[in-house]
Amino acid sequence: MEDELAISVRGLRKAYGDNVAVAGVDLDVRRGEVFALLGPNGAGKTTTVEILEGYRQRDAGEVSVLGSDPGLVLGSRPRGSRGSSRTPRRGAADWRSRVGIVLQGTGEFDELTVAEVVRHFSGFYPEADDPDRVVERVGLGAKANARTHTLSGGQKRRLDVALGIIGRPELLFLDEPTTGFDPEARREFWELIRDLAAAGTTIVLTTHYLDEAESLADRVGVIAAGRVIEVAPPNLLGNRQDALATVSWRTPDGTPETAQSATPTALVAELAARFGGEVPGLTVTRPTLEDVYLSMIGH
Amino acid sequence: MTTTTRPGNPVAAGSRRLGPGALALRQGRLEITQFLRSRESVVFTMGFPIIMILIFASIFDGTIGGGVKFTQYFITGMIATGLMTVSFQNLGIWIPIERDRGVLKRYRGTPMPKWVWFAGKVIMVVAIGVAETALLLAVAVALFDLDLPATAAKWFTFGWVAVLGVTACTLCGIAISSLARTARSGSAVVTPVSLVLQFISGVFFVFTDLPTWMQQVAALFPLKWMCQGLRAVFLPESFGAQEPGGSFELGRVALVLALWCVIGLVLCLTTFRWTTKRDG
Repeated sequence: MEDELAISVRGLRKAYGDNVAVAGVDLDVRRGEVFALLGPNGAGKTTTVEILEGYRQRDAGEVSVLGSDPGLVLGSRPRGSRGSSRTPRRGAADWRSRVGIVLQGTGEFDELTVAEVVRHFSGFYPEADDPDRVVERVGLGAKANARTHTLSGGQKRRLDVALGIIGRPELLFLDEPTTGFDPEARREFWELIRDLAAAGTTIVLTTHYLDEAESLADRVGVIAAGRVIEVAPPNLLGNRQDALATVSWRTPDGTPETAQSATPTALVAELAARFGGEVPGLTVTRPTLEDVYLSMIGH
Repeated sequence: MTTTTRPGNPVAAGSRRLGPGALALRQGRLEITQFLRSRESVVFTMGFPIIMILIFASIFDGTIGGGVKFTQYFITGMIATGLMTVSFQNLGIWIPIERDRGVLKRYRGTPMPKWVWFAGKVIMVVAIGVAETALLLAVAVALFDLDLPATAAKWFTFGWVAVLGVTACTLCGIAISSLARTARSGSAVVTPVSLVLQFISGVFFVFTDLPTWMQQVAALFPLKWMCQGLRAVFLPESFGAQEPGGSFELGRVALVLALWCVIGLVLCLTTFRWTTKRDG
């Protein structure tokens, strides 16, 4: 059973001084799924993800990522405690080589070119992908020989993704990957993520774009004030499908009318009968993901 | 074509984990490339000591007694300054920039062993330090008739003073990089320290002409001892009598520099940060 899960988190807590960033998060991510952590800024998304990535130490809770506790496998005890046996450090390298990370900020390598950076990072991984192909794949083929500081924001983000996937990770973390992208770049990026997911990579992404979560994620976890409020496939979030439908139309004198209904089909049939055919300005809607999300996080 | 590694289904390409030596060398090569492509680094780190020797040797073209040219004296300060610039100043300024840009954090997220990154910096410092010193000596020999050390023993002294000095300055440079909170503050932290040390350690003036209290302060830091050790290499034996201690005190030079290596190492191990403070 445990092996089916790429990530398992129970009762995760993390505070910075008096500020509780993560207040008891429980989370399961299955192998091969695309999981989106959705939440407003400051909800604890990045802190949670950085604990899973092994960048931060938690205060409490159980964490398992690809079968290991990142805090233990990386041996992130205070410096100076040199591991006497080789096993823990080899374990750290193995674990690291199975996990791909795209951090929130972009890292600039200043005077190096895209191809040089990707090639260099490929040397850290035992089963690295071909650097040229990865550069091509993230859409930087034309920029392969450009210095990284000359790239646009979106291109830098693609470089980040290239470095995240160069080691052919089993699990890929993406922290707000498309912030600052134009719509076209975002669509292309989504395609790349779908490709990776289709090839079996488990993907955990944080985002505050609802359309991104809706179009990419198998399941969405909504996080607010350091807690996971709900985990569900995007179309089922907040009982969206069972929510009342909103039916709107115009009366003969042109006044807009709306009604909430659990049986919108019956209502539309009744309206059709009343108008004797076409109902002017008829729309039937269910709450959008945005509506559900905003009500969940308390707006 | 699969792009991920499934457990139990190894990629046909096979694994090719690089050995530690190869990892360190390619990290060093990357650092050197980065250094050489950054025009400011090359001009300020490599060019500064050469410009200084041109100025000094042109102003003071006389002798300091016994038919020994002033150049023989000033070259020692310039070599020591050059070594300190390439190690202490260079690292103290650049590491905060890389930390601020998230470059270090990114390396930490890869399977690269941590020491490889440090090895890359050390290789860069050593390579640039050797190149710069060679260039400095070449300029001084060609333009100002510098006499190079004549005996193997003097070259040996040159070697160990340089190695110990660079080691101490490298470790201190890595350590002081943690003081800078942002990318920009690195140079504000490091530049005054190295400038003051240059003035009080006998780089720009004859050390024994400095006030005694200043000499005593300078004696607490490595640069003074690097200069003194190099004077034993470039000046005649008899000049040792003019040193504050009555000789070149090579034993003490080794001791103080080694002590600074230890201090620097301890500071590195206890204070080094891969991420910025606001980044946890």
